[in-house]
Amino acid sequence: MLELEARAEPSRLMSWLSPLLAVVLMLGGGLLVFSALGKDPIEGFRVFFLNPLKDVYSLSELLLKATPLMLCAIGLAIGFRANVWNIGAEGQFMLGAVAATGVALYFDGSESGLLLPAMVIAGALGGAAWAAIPALLRTRFNANEILVSLMLVYVAQLFVSWLVFGPWKDPDGFNFPQSKMFGDAALLPALLDGTRLHYGFMLAIAVLVAGHAFMSRSFAGFRMRVAGEAPEAARYAGFSTARMIWTGLLLGGAAAGLAGMAEVAGPMGQLTDKVGSGYGFAAIIVAFVGRLNAFGIFLASLLMALLYIGGEQAQQYLNLPSSISMVFQGMLLFFLLGADVLINYRLRLRRRAVGGN
Amino acid sequence: MDASLFTSMLFATVVAGTPLIIVALGLLVSEKAGVLNLGAEGMMAMGAVAAFAVTHHSGSPWLGVLAGMGAGMMMALIFGVLTLSLMANQVASGLALAIFGVGLAAFVGKPYEAVALQAVPPIRIPFIADLPLIGPALYNQQALVYFSWALFWGLLWFLYCSRAGLVLRAVGEAPTSAHAIGYPVIRIRYLAVLFGGAMAGIGGAFLSVFYTPMWAEGMVAGRGWIALALVVFATWRPLRVMIGAYLFGGVMITQLFIQGSGLQIDFPSQLLSSLPYWATIVVLVVISRNANTIRLNSPASLGKPYRPDA
Repeated sequence: MLELEARAEPSRLMSWLSPLLAVVLMLGGGLLVFSALGKDPIEGFRVFFLNPLKDVYSLSELLLKATPLMLCAIGLAIGFRANVWNIGAEGQFMLGAVAATGVALYFDGSESGLLLPAMVIAGALGGAAWAAIPALLRTRFNANEILVSLMLVYVAQLFVSWLVFGPWKDPDGFNFPQSKMFGDAALLPALLDGTRLHYGFMLAIAVLVAGHAFMSRSFAGFRMRVAGEAPEAARYAGFSTARMIWTGLLLGGAAAGLAGMAEVAGPMGQLTDKVGSGYGFAAIIVAFVGRLNAFGIFLASLLMALLYIGGEQAQQYLNLPSSISMVFQGMLLFFLLGADVLINYRLRLRRRAVGGN
Repeated sequence: MDASLFTSMLFATVVAGTPLIIVALGLLVSEKAGVLNLGAEGMMAMGAVAAFAVTHHSGSPWLGVLAGMGAGMMMALIFGVLTLSLMANQVASGLALAIFGVGLAAFVGKPYEAVALQAVPPIRIPFIADLPLIGPALYNQQALVYFSWALFWGLLWFLYCSRAGLVLRAVGEAPTSAHAIGYPVIRIRYLAVLFGGAMAGIGGAFLSVFYTPMWAEGMVAGRGWIALALVVFATWRPLRVMIGAYLFGGVMITQLFIQGSGLQIDFPSQLLSSLPYWATIVVLVVISRNANTIRLNSPASLGKPYRPDA
């Protein structure tokens, strides 16, 4: 029978192969899911995984969806590396969107070229401010940041719906829960004509590069890696835990806030109560599947975006609820966590001992 | 406050606290065995949708509760295989379970979104239900409310008076020692995790079949996470879980009563609805302020994977 045998040291090869193994297992699981739902698995596979890749427009939609995922995930990865578990990116995303919307509405009608940069800054600050609450409560009162950051997601959602049902409701919006549409100066320009892909994507790439530089080239990033991989060594070296918690949460919040800004100033063009569409939670999966590494996150966010769009396609062509994408995303993370066992252990065939020892 | 308002608020508080008690006590058992399962929200969502679907098709809320329990256990089993057999990180696996469970529940529940169930009549306990003020609030309740009380007493006995409970706590405090004297650590942890899943499933079933007899995506609304916070708040003690759960039930109900009272309070309902979440944060801060309280009370091996050296 098969048994696990501890490796002398973690396998670097497996740490890269395991995400691929997880993807393969997820695709296999997908075929099973489609057949279990009484759909032709080949047809399901085509609609779900290949349709979103068929032409330039589809690919641009893929990059559009991947944008907020990349942004949220790179921010989370910085914290996760130091075992700072910010899982409230969804709320920080919404607060970033709110702050950016606030600027856009306050300067409504302005043609200034400074409006967008101001919104970018407001978005990052809004997200960081929301993440500062768990950081403060964790460092000052030792309150678990997982639970606090998560509770603040619900608070943020209710806050957004108060804004769009109340003070920020568009007076000409037929009572829909949404803000006024932003003026042109408050919208991110299109990157490719004829598509919805906007400059937020370039922003995301820039943040990915900056995140990579921070994690692998800066001393602060090094401290955080040490704290995550060898907490005792970090303590011995005198690295301040509080500072790492603040860094992890503030950077994570700022990146999620940027993603929220790019969402309202990009494809949405206004604030609605549906602004948080689960990107903040999906980004947790992206961060893990991308191995908390900038390039990995880039690939993982494309894959997760594919799953989102695949879900929409499945709704349209296969008559399945679009939440099927969440099922696939969850499966992907499960398979990854399971496959990760092979990093520290190897499978060995054990023959039943005769006579025993 | 007049008497009937007091009675109805007490009644509603008990109802709102019940799912929290059931779920948090289940989580308490798995945490006592050293396993931190952050996936409560996902297990509750699956329990809720499974219970709703089975109740809808079979007409029996009790079959529904069983189905909810089964669904919660299935989810917990996935978590168990990952963390106990494959030694995956418990935090990451719990988050995965939460995301996956909520997503799968939304997917499975889609056809049931426009369906309503018949309300299940409460069970009246003769004589004591006639007590003034508290009688109608406490003893004319849903069966699962009585179940939550039985669960509490049962757990008290199990954890502190039975040998099996002692073993469970030993596994959570010192898995290596428990293993050395011959207890099957991994098997005990599996059972504890499955128990947690079963209770989370029943908690979810209570929401969709008894509390609001309907299914809607996101109806668990963070109760799984609040239950996790309750266990910390309770410093892993069942009695404090009860107190905490009713406090939370009280907060949830107070904001509903204020919203429904027609009192002319100039305060937006959405912000009022965020009260329970703020309350969770405040409670966590108050209890965690003293790091020693948490360190001394939490099971020593909580969240740490264990692999017996074969």
